[in-house]
Amino acid sequence: MADTASDPPPERTDFHEVEDGKDLFPEPADAQESQPASLPAEDISTNSNGPKQDSLFDEDPEDLFAEATEEVSLDSPERDVLLSDGPSPAITPITPPTSVITPRIGHAHDDMFTHSSFDEIEEEEGGDSFDIHINVSDPEKVGDGMNAYMAYKVTTKTSLSLFKMKDFSVKRRFSDFLGLHSKLASKYLHIGYIVPPAPEKSLVGMTKVKVGKEDQSSNEFVEKRRSALERYLMRTVKHPILLKDPDVLQFLESSELPRAVSTQALSSAGLLRMVNKAADAVNKMTIKMNESDAWFEEKQQHFENLDVQLRKLHMSVESLVCHRKELSVNTAQFAKSTAMLGNSEDHTALSRALSQLAEVEEKMDQLHQDQANADFHLFSELLGDYVRLITAVKGVFDHRMKTWQKWQDSQMLLQKKREAEAKLQFTNKPDKLQQAKDEIKELEGKVQQGERDFEQISKTIRKEVSRFEKERVKDFKTTIIKYLESLVQTQQQMIKYWEAFLPEAKAIS
Amino acid sequence: MMEEVNEVSVLSVHGHSITVTEALKEGDALTFLIVSEKLSGTGEYPVDRTYEDFEWLQQHLFSQEAVPGIHGVIFPPLPAKAQVNASSKVLKQLGFLALGEWQPYCKALETFLRQVAAHSILSKNKAVEVFLTSSDPPGRQKVKKNIFNRLSQAVEEMRKESHKDVDEFFQTQRDHNLTLTVCSKTAAEKFLDVVLTEQKVAVACGHFSAALHLCVEPGEDPDKQAFSKTCVKLSEVFDSIKKNMMSVAENDISTLGVGLDLESRYQEAEKEMLFRRTCKLVELENARRNAEKAKPVKKAAMEEVKKATETEFKHICEVAKQEVHISSPLRVSSHLFRPAIALLGEEVGGVVSI
Repeated sequence: MADTASDPPPERTDFHEVEDGKDLFPEPADAQESQPASLPAEDISTNSNGPKQDSLFDEDPEDLFAEATEEVSLDSPERDVLLSDGPSPAITPITPPTSVITPRIGHAHDDMFTHSSFDEIEEEEGGDSFDIHINVSDPEKVGDGMNAYMAYKVTTKTSLSLFKMKDFSVKRRFSDFLGLHSKLASKYLHIGYIVPPAPEKSLVGMTKVKVGKEDQSSNEFVEKRRSALERYLMRTVKHPILLKDPDVLQFLESSELPRAVSTQALSSAGLLRMVNKAADAVNKMTIKMNESDAWFEEKQQHFENLDVQLRKLHMSVESLVCHRKELSVNTAQFAKSTAMLGNSEDHTALSRALSQLAEVEEKMDQLHQDQANADFHLFSELLGDYVRLITAVKGVFDHRMKTWQKWQDSQMLLQKKREAEAKLQFTNKPDKLQQAKDEIKELEGKVQQGERDFEQISKTIRKEVSRFEKERVKDFKTTIIKYLESLVQTQQQMIKYWEAFLPEAKAIS
Repeated sequence: MMEEVNEVSVLSVHGHSITVTEALKEGDALTFLIVSEKLSGTGEYPVDRTYEDFEWLQQHLFSQEAVPGIHGVIFPPLPAKAQVNASSKVLKQLGFLALGEWQPYCKALETFLRQVAAHSILSKNKAVEVFLTSSDPPGRQKVKKNIFNRLSQAVEEMRKESHKDVDEFFQTQRDHNLTLTVCSKTAAEKFLDVVLTEQKVAVACGHFSAALHLCVEPGEDPDKQAFSKTCVKLSEVFDSIKKNMMSVAENDISTLGVGLDLESRYQEAEKEMLFRRTCKLVELENARRNAEKAKPVKKAAMEEVKKATETEFKHICEVAKQEVHISSPLRVSSHLFRPAIALLGEEVGGVVSI
């Protein structure tokens, strides 16, 4: 990888291409398959900054702007920090395999980094606004027995030129979504991008569906899952980098998708994941990082706090949802018993009217409880999503630590080799000396690479975090507003019903 | 301290003015303050009574054997005994009356007293006067057992419950009452479930509101500030939802809850009356059979018994007919229902001003 050390603003598309001297487009051979075989999900081999990087880089032949580099597209205070914090000038775009070209419309106005070339690129993209909407719908049961699965229709409506069509849909099953996530995670998590986590597996829920129970709870489960999948996809495409990822595009567009078997819990890949997770947990405890950047320390603390708070919120919302459900069940039962009472009282026509009306009202009550319940689900699901997202965020921070560790390790190794070389100088072993010198050279390269990696991931994380925070606030606001609106509506309905009933009640004397 | 009071008297207070104002805790037991207005309009009789005093009164009312047809009376139901630290079984039995800091319970006792005072036969018992006006606590000795005590215990008497009636009116009444008893009990139980769940929802809202408050973060960061503001607002919303829920639940208890509870207990009381009548009917039929089959030696005696039983039965039926007509359960409790349902409507309307 050419080291464009003289490249202060890191986004010079054409510039970089030229320097690279690489022919972008006909690199389908090793780039096509989106599984970077050398990058298993959790483990970053020290050789990863070698040729493998290139293959990632050239991954997207259909994307004209594949070589365009990462660009600070957010108008956050972090950018000022980035400009001024004087990292090593070697901020080369090693990492982003695909990239976002332009700031999204709306941020363009204060974009200090936009050069004229970028304006061009922006126009070439057709002046996109962020216009993509994904629907997951029509869950269909395919197959029978334990091999059955639910197929969901994924419909994309977009005006982005990134896609071949404006409006298209495909059929996907749950493991496809998991497969997508695992591919994205393996590509992006270790370089600092917050990849939205996929919805969780649920053995119980799926077994019920498979067995074919057509009851309330399995319908609810399917609905919950459908909505979670939709949110997952929307979050993924909202991320400017992930949107351009070929895996994502393939997922959304191609009618046939290779079955993602490694997502099964009991597969060898699954076991590998578990082992890696355990290893990571141990490693985390042993890495003691010298945090030179207060920003990161603060943010990490912030996310820890947020995690705790959101979990608490999530729990209370869950219990509230549960109680509301109970309330609606009880109200229904009460309505029934009131109806019976009304039917048996035939002393006065009035008393019967009373009971019947009470029953009608209670039924309405029940409907409303159901509605309130559904809205709460909105909250509960949102909070659950964010709890999982924060786990991903924390994971990204952990990766940064790992990157740092690698850098330090290679630095220490270099130190040792240098010492060894110094010693060898006094002995008379020219070939060994040469070998040592070669190793040192290689290690120096590695150290530099490590440092660059670290800088890069730090930068990426800063951006990601600020984007995440913005999204978070927006998300919560939207959901809360939705909930409040429907709450008001519900209450108004209730008033109407009770007001209608009041004169009847008064007439009972 | 009075012994068995069987004399007839006239009540010197306004029946409808009887109020159970308060329940005071004395150790494990509750004492109730009762105030009744004098008929003469010259003041009030404040007395304090324990649950045992109520039982004393009830026993006296039950044991008026001299009053013809007393068995035909639907006795106003007395709620079960309340304790300060009641076991869960007792609480379940009390249902609505155990909620709301004994307010509904006081109301139930009040209704009992008012119904007794308003009853043409029962109000004449001196025990009522003594209960309501005497500053000394009435006698607390155990009154002798009578048929009323045995009622719920006699297993073999259950057979008699389904004994076919000779009078169509009463047969209908019995069938009807059977259904009503079950229905009203179920309705009361289900409504209790609803109210308890309402309270649970309110508590959960409170927790959520508190948890939201914890999310408030200090800091200059505009994102943080936006988030914190949202959380505070939402927390306030949920706090008011909680308050509204609690007041809805309170209202439910004090109106429809109490009404349904009374209705179901009243149905039970009527059921017991009808059962007593049926027992008497069985007794009468036995007496008639005995009189027919009796050997000449015993014949005269049997005839006497038969005649006595016939008279008793006649009285019972007369009283019962009146009871059933006058205090038709719905009319008794409808005056409770009406405000119950109406209040419920208004309250929910008021809830919406979030």
